[in-house]
Amino acid sequence: MRARKTIGAALATCAALVLAACSSGSTSSGGGGAADSTQDARGPITYVQGKDNSNVVRPLIEKWNSSHPNEQVTFKEQTDQADQQHDDLVQHFQAQDPSYDVVSVDVVWTAEFAAKGWLQALTDKLKFDTAGMLEPTIKAATYNNTLYAAPNTSDAGLLYYRTDLVPTPPATWDEMIADCPIAQQNGMGCYAGQFFQYEGLTVNAAEAINTGGGEIVGPDGKTATVDSAESAKGLSLLADNYANGNIPKEAITFKEEESRLAFESGKLLFLRNWPYVYKLASTDSTSVVQGKFGVAPLPGLTADKPGASSLGGHSLGMSVYSKNKATALDFMKFITNAENEKFQLTQGSLAPVLGALYDDPELIAQFPYLPTLKISIENAIPRPVSPFYPAVTKAIQDNAYEAIQGTKSVQQALTDMQAAITSATGGS
Amino acid sequence: MAVAAGSDTGSNQVQPKPGKIGTSESQGQGKRAALLVTPAVILLTVVIVYPLIQGVLMSFQKDSGLDPATGMFVAGGFAGISNYTHWLLQQCPTPSGEMVSCPPGSLGAQFWPAFWVTIFFTVVTVILETVLGMWFAMIMNRKLRGRGLLRAAILIPWAIPTAVTAKLAAFVFAFAGIVNAILNTEILWTGEEWPSRFAIIFTDVWKTTPFMALLILAGLQTIPADVYEAASMDGATKWQQFTRVTLPLVRPALIVAVMFRTLDVLRIYDLPAILTGGANGTTTLSILVVDQIRQGFNSAAALSTLTFLLVFFVAFLFIKFAGANVTADHQPKLEKVK
Repeated sequence: MRARKTIGAALATCAALVLAACSSGSTSSGGGGAADSTQDARGPITYVQGKDNSNVVRPLIEKWNSSHPNEQVTFKEQTDQADQQHDDLVQHFQAQDPSYDVVSVDVVWTAEFAAKGWLQALTDKLKFDTAGMLEPTIKAATYNNTLYAAPNTSDAGLLYYRTDLVPTPPATWDEMIADCPIAQQNGMGCYAGQFFQYEGLTVNAAEAINTGGGEIVGPDGKTATVDSAESAKGLSLLADNYANGNIPKEAITFKEEESRLAFESGKLLFLRNWPYVYKLASTDSTSVVQGKFGVAPLPGLTADKPGASSLGGHSLGMSVYSKNKATALDFMKFITNAENEKFQLTQGSLAPVLGALYDDPELIAQFPYLPTLKISIENAIPRPVSPFYPAVTKAIQDNAYEAIQGTKSVQQALTDMQAAITSATGGS
Repeated sequence: MAVAAGSDTGSNQVQPKPGKIGTSESQGQGKRAALLVTPAVILLTVVIVYPLIQGVLMSFQKDSGLDPATGMFVAGGFAGISNYTHWLLQQCPTPSGEMVSCPPGSLGAQFWPAFWVTIFFTVVTVILETVLGMWFAMIMNRKLRGRGLLRAAILIPWAIPTAVTAKLAAFVFAFAGIVNAILNTEILWTGEEWPSRFAIIFTDVWKTTPFMALLILAGLQTIPADVYEAASMDGATKWQQFTRVTLPLVRPALIVAVMFRTLDVLRIYDLPAILTGGANGTTTLSILVVDQIRQGFNSAAALSTLTFLLVFFVAFLFIKFAGANVTADHQPKLEKVK
């Protein structure tokens, strides 16, 4: 049985878990408050990240290593599956493995890892300067008012639209829906995002709820606050437009790729997706929309405020078990400096966290979507920064899916969402 | 998956009766036999018994909870049977500490739906695979031209890794996929409850019928031709030959095949996980376990212990009542039938 095996694998580390759990009661783990010699220590460290598909990390590490002969960085590459990366990190943290010094942390894992006491708080001696970084990316790396990771790359949703059919992009949902007859005349769907029941639906549902003015959890990351009139207004944008056909019915089977292919084959007038679609839709030989599409910020409720995107991207976390934290901090500063942020953009199309890069004319020529993306990130609201994120996202997905399908009213879905989040985060 | 699945089941079955070898023939060599068996026993203890016990122990611990003062996780402590009642009664705690039924969207609310859909998949796919497998096996057993080629063709789906099959099926059943194009329909195969279940059943049957056929074929080949000759001498029709000769004689092999498949489907994970992600009422017990692992190990340990008990119970039923005999040879059974 596959599941049993996973447990079996976890069991190797489970003894360590029990020990760690017991000892964490007496000693203060995680905060790193006590005098700690590892904070000044320098030496070789390891950087852990998912598969380096576009060869971004290796050149950066080579550059670092050539100027730091006594503080060499080794790259440990994980798989390209986010779930597996998460589980790999969990297992190594539970085993208190000192060989995982700096790790790449998805924005939605930050709170969980911080609350488990696995991430070094970046305060005092290990203070990390976030000047010049976009506010939401800092928020996503912050738990309990403490910065636990260094923002490295970001991501936010964009509204792709057909410039040949809609000359000016809609700024609000009302304007977008008003354009839907154009889609009908051309025999295409009007709007779609990622509405299959998976993490992408959490992203889309959270965007709708936040755009409506609602919020999912309170500032403490655990009190559910989703059951509100504002949230209902937001989630109704998706549910109502799915019911009346403005969102085509196949959209509830869409993940990122299905929705991209639908847009590229001319079946959608408006698409919510990530920046990676821009290059593919411009260059894919099968794309019929080459040169016929543009990007805009996500539509808002009113014209004065664009829609609230969810935030993607990764931060750099420092393990509390690292032996050479001074080196680790320097390496984190190195990766996120302006020069290397720019390299990550040009080499791997990774959205930078430094606001200034979005205004660089040279980069804008290469990535025309940058100014729009900046607006989107500036207005982004991170998905709930909650140590119970896996349960929170499950509660959002399951209930939002039923609301969109129409098997549950929007109000009922929000009530259930509220109850499910409360039961996962409150009861213990 | 195929190999792993086989070896899992095998070891579960073999384990309870290791003593049999010693009793019959090798009385004098008992000590040496014990010595030779020891490494295997130790290995099995380490890889099967230890994780099993550790899993059960974990299932009686609470998952770590958040300390409101520090915002840090602290160990949950002893849980008694609360992890089990959480799943079986679908009870979730509220902030004030009382137990209420788990709200929709929490994993706790999905135990019984997951249990029944797993049973549903098991019953439907095993019946379909048995009927089709029997049919395929009888075709493969005929002496006809190109029999080798036919056997190879029938076995191809079984040779493809399940993950690949599931990914292929996801393309086939996509909204803009082949199935909708051929049938000229606009069915949301992965977006509605029953189409999703149908897609999973169809793919599973397509993939594992060859396995069933192969095991049944092995059984068919042990039936001597003269039994059929005698039957036709006595004037038995083809149907009578099938029900009175083939079925009873192939029964031992058939039961083992059905049991293997049943135990396999009871822990089905990869196909629905990749094809539907557990959406639209296709979350099986194993998918639920993996989801729960990310929310808390100890509760997941309780759930996987429950799943283990289910599989164990079904295997027990097969061995006890259906006469599945996976360790000894089939000879005594054949004589009894005659």
